[in-house]
Amino acid sequence: MELEGADFRRRRVGFQLTVINIVQAVNQALREEMRRDDRIIVLGEDVGRDGGVFRATEGLYDEFGQDRVIDTPLAESGIIGTAIGMAIYGMNPVPEIQFLDFIYPAFDQIVTNLSKLRYRSGGQYSCHLVVRAPYGGGIKGGHYHSQSSEAYFCHTAGLKVVIPATPYDTKGLLLSSLRDEDPVIFLEPKRIYRAVKAEVPDGDFTVPIGKARVAREGTDISLFAYGAMLHVGMEGAELAAKSGIQTEVVDLRTLVPLDIDAVLESVRKTGRVIILHEAPKTGGFGAEIAALIAEKAIDYLKGPIIRVTGYDTPFPYTLEERYLPDAQKVLNAINKLMQS
Amino acid sequence: MTLTRAFDVKSLSLQRQGRIGFYAPCAGQEAAQIGSTFALRQDDWVLPTYRDTGVAVARGVPIRLLFAHLLGNASDEMMGRQMPNHWGYKEVNFVSIAATIAAHLPVATGIAMGMKLRKEDKVAMAFHGDGATSEGDFHTAYNFAGVFKAPVVFICENNGWAISLPSSRQTASQSFAEKAEAYGFLGVRVDGNDVLAVYKAANEAVERARRGKGPTMIECITYRMGPHSTSDDPNRYRTKEEIEEWRRKDPIERFRNYLERRGIWTKDYGESVSRENETLIINAIKEEEKIPRPEIRTMFEDVYAEMPWNLKEQISDEEGSASN
Repeated sequence: MELEGADFRRRRVGFQLTVINIVQAVNQALREEMRRDDRIIVLGEDVGRDGGVFRATEGLYDEFGQDRVIDTPLAESGIIGTAIGMAIYGMNPVPEIQFLDFIYPAFDQIVTNLSKLRYRSGGQYSCHLVVRAPYGGGIKGGHYHSQSSEAYFCHTAGLKVVIPATPYDTKGLLLSSLRDEDPVIFLEPKRIYRAVKAEVPDGDFTVPIGKARVAREGTDISLFAYGAMLHVGMEGAELAAKSGIQTEVVDLRTLVPLDIDAVLESVRKTGRVIILHEAPKTGGFGAEIAALIAEKAIDYLKGPIIRVTGYDTPFPYTLEERYLPDAQKVLNAINKLMQS
Repeated sequence: MTLTRAFDVKSLSLQRQGRIGFYAPCAGQEAAQIGSTFALRQDDWVLPTYRDTGVAVARGVPIRLLFAHLLGNASDEMMGRQMPNHWGYKEVNFVSIAATIAAHLPVATGIAMGMKLRKEDKVAMAFHGDGATSEGDFHTAYNFAGVFKAPVVFICENNGWAISLPSSRQTASQSFAEKAEAYGFLGVRVDGNDVLAVYKAANEAVERARRGKGPTMIECITYRMGPHSTSDDPNRYRTKEEIEEWRRKDPIERFRNYLERRGIWTKDYGESVSRENETLIINAIKEEEKIPRPEIRTMFEDVYAEMPWNLKEQISDEEGSASN
């Protein structure tokens, strides 16, 4: 497992470090890779002249022109469907879905074509592209600008699902995704698009897909989280540390393929497990992690596996801060688990 | 066309004998499929449906490979992963098929957009039925094609029936061709059982696309002479009179009559073609039926470029399971 900053130490000498936020990290990764790889085509709603509603593609239209940064009609299945066609044709398209909540019209394209093309053609065709979408709550967006529906994609064989939580990982994982051979669903935690800032190298570096990261070391409890919830988990762990409980926080970074070795290594160390995500509890990815731990490391467990998650309701508007897990809920779970 | 028909008849009978699991016959639609495909160059691309056996034959896919796929054996290009009729042959730019109706249409537009972005003079030809025009992806694909002036030709094989529903249940429009107009490009209607008429219309459409003039839709009026698939009984929804009426318009008979009248097709020639087709087909089946099923591990390959840990684990679970 990698520790925070381990990637920095491996960086090539001479890289400039700049403090940027997550949305800037997305922009930087796209811009730098588009300069290196002329097969990359950015397409989506308002991604061109407007630079995207979150400004993730700002400036790309001016630099690369309308043939590489394509403003499309308002139709998600068309965005993903035509991107799949371009990918089959040997291009490297990066479709943006404005909010993950709007991806469902394209769900058929993703499940029917994108995920299965290599398999169904007996390996004759492949279809690499990166679907970028801002996801998650915390911006007062109601039902349709807040969802965290990563589990749908994790359940579909053939897709990789990547969710960064820091600017460094955003850039490094997006660059890895752009160079991967498989279709990648790249979910960006929009709640912390601008709130989380950190030093990121200006040049080329990658963070490997399928590798988790220990964001905080601990010996008493393993807390698994990803995306915006990583930071909530960290806060909860800090609160618990005041009463001497040492929580290990593991940032999964990739849900598929999951870094099972990192998960089990931490579980064997602590024997206590909390899984934290903002998606609804039932059928959420936490259930998969819990099942894997039960299958492979149940003898190490000193207590029940606890999930701290969003509720099994549509995402609410006024009461969103009660719906979303927070540091207090994480602390409560930690205390409960230590007492069990 | 005669080879496609002979293949179709044989495949149906193989299914009835239990030698293949399923088949979706194309009889009656050969002119629409083959007349259009013949307008393409070999470096153009095709995105057909599961009923477009004629497109596969016209692109030059070897008959043996087609049977390998119907059998789902180890020499099937699809590795036995797809049910029959879900062809795909990269060597002839024939994109592999999904059963979900119209899902390939935005992909076809995307391929054509790629051709245009690369400033090539290639064309993508996509096939769909009358039923597909009710799907959202039909409209999305046509809309994107119109907006981006993509070099794509849509062949609408209006065979009258989407399983049990007549075309009148798919649209209240006078024709399917007129739908193209709403997306800003030309839609034409042709007698889909007249192979020369189809070829002429397709040729014009392909040339227009090559010259940067954008997409065209060709509605081919044709008829599905057989069932939707080997799981379907068309007597439940259509009359014998209707079937008989269209049998008289069989595209192969019509073209043969035309060629006979012009002295190009003779009885001897016809017999030799039949014999050749029969020999080719019989030998292909004989060879392909000898080939075993794909190995178990192939079920786990090609999901990802590199096999992840969970699939490796599942291979060893499966290989170690008692039923082997």
